[in-house]
Amino acid sequence: MSLFYTFHFYFFGVMAIASALVFVTRKSPVAAAMWLVTTMFCLAALYIMLGAEFIGAIQVLVYAGAIMVVFLFVVMLLNLGNPSEIADIRGKWAGLLASFLGIALLAQLMTLARSRVPGEVMRSPIVASWEQTPHPGGVVGLIAAPLFREYLLAFEITSVLLLAAIVGSVVIGRGRQH
Amino acid sequence: MLAESLALSAALFTIGVVGVLTRRNAIIVFMCVELMLNAVNLSFVALSRLYGVEGQVFVVFVMTVAAAEAAVGLAIVIAIFRHRQTVNLENINLLKG
Repeated sequence: MSLFYTFHFYFFGVMAIASALVFVTRKSPVAAAMWLVTTMFCLAALYIMLGAEFIGAIQVLVYAGAIMVVFLFVVMLLNLGNPSEIADIRGKWAGLLASFLGIALLAQLMTLARSRVPGEVMRSPIVASWEQTPHPGGVVGLIAAPLFREYLLAFEITSVLLLAAIVGSVVIGRGRQH
Repeated sequence: MLAESLALSAALFTIGVVGVLTRRNAIIVFMCVELMLNAVNLSFVALSRLYGVEGQVFVVFVMTVAAAEAAVGLAIVIAIFRHRQTVNLENINLLKG
C-alpha cells in the first residue's frame, strides 16, 4: 500500500464527507445538487481505487450524469432556485433530535461492521480474486460474466422495472388535462 | 482499506439520514436518499474485494433501482407541485388524519 495510494484514498474520503456535509446544509436546491455531484465524483474515484473500475465509470455516467441532471431539471422546471422562499430547515429541536439519532446510528453501524468482519482482515491489505488472476474479458467482462449468467433473471426483471418506471412517471407527470 | 471504506460508508449514510430528518424540501429529501444509496454502494464495493465480484453486480442493480426511483419520485413531486404550488413537506399532510 503505497503512500501515494493512501494519501489519495484519505483525500477523496475526506472530500466526500466534507461535500456531503455542505450538501445537507445548503438552502438552495441547486447548490445542494452541485455539492452532491462532488460527493458522487469522490465516490467514483474511491470505487476506481478499490479496483471496481466499471462501477466507477457508471457512477459518473448514471449518478453524476443522468440522475442529478433529472434533479436539476425538476428544480429549474418548478422554479425552486430561490432559497429565500423556502425556509426548509426544521427548527432547533428537530435538529437536535436528528443529530442525536445520527450519532446513535453511526455508532450502531460502526459496531456492526466491527463485529461482522474480523479486525485483522479489516486492517490487512486485501488482494481481490480478480487481481490475482485477471479476467479475460477485462474489467467489464468481470461484471458481465455473473450478470448474464447467475443473475440473468434479476437483470431481465430490472428491465421490466425500468419500463414500469417510465410508464409510471409519464402517467403521473402528465396531469389530468387529457 | 476496508475499515476506512466501511467507516466512510457509515458516515455518509448517517449524513443522509440526518438530511432526511432535518430538511423540509421534498427534492432535497430525495437527494439525501440518493446519498444513502451511494453509501450502501460504497460498502458493497469495499466488501466485494473480500467476498467476490457479486457485490459489484449488486451495485449495478442498486443504481438501476435508484434511477427508477428518482424518475417516479420526481414525477410525484411535479404532480404535487401542480396541485398545491409547494414542495414543502410541512404542507403535504393529507395522510396525517
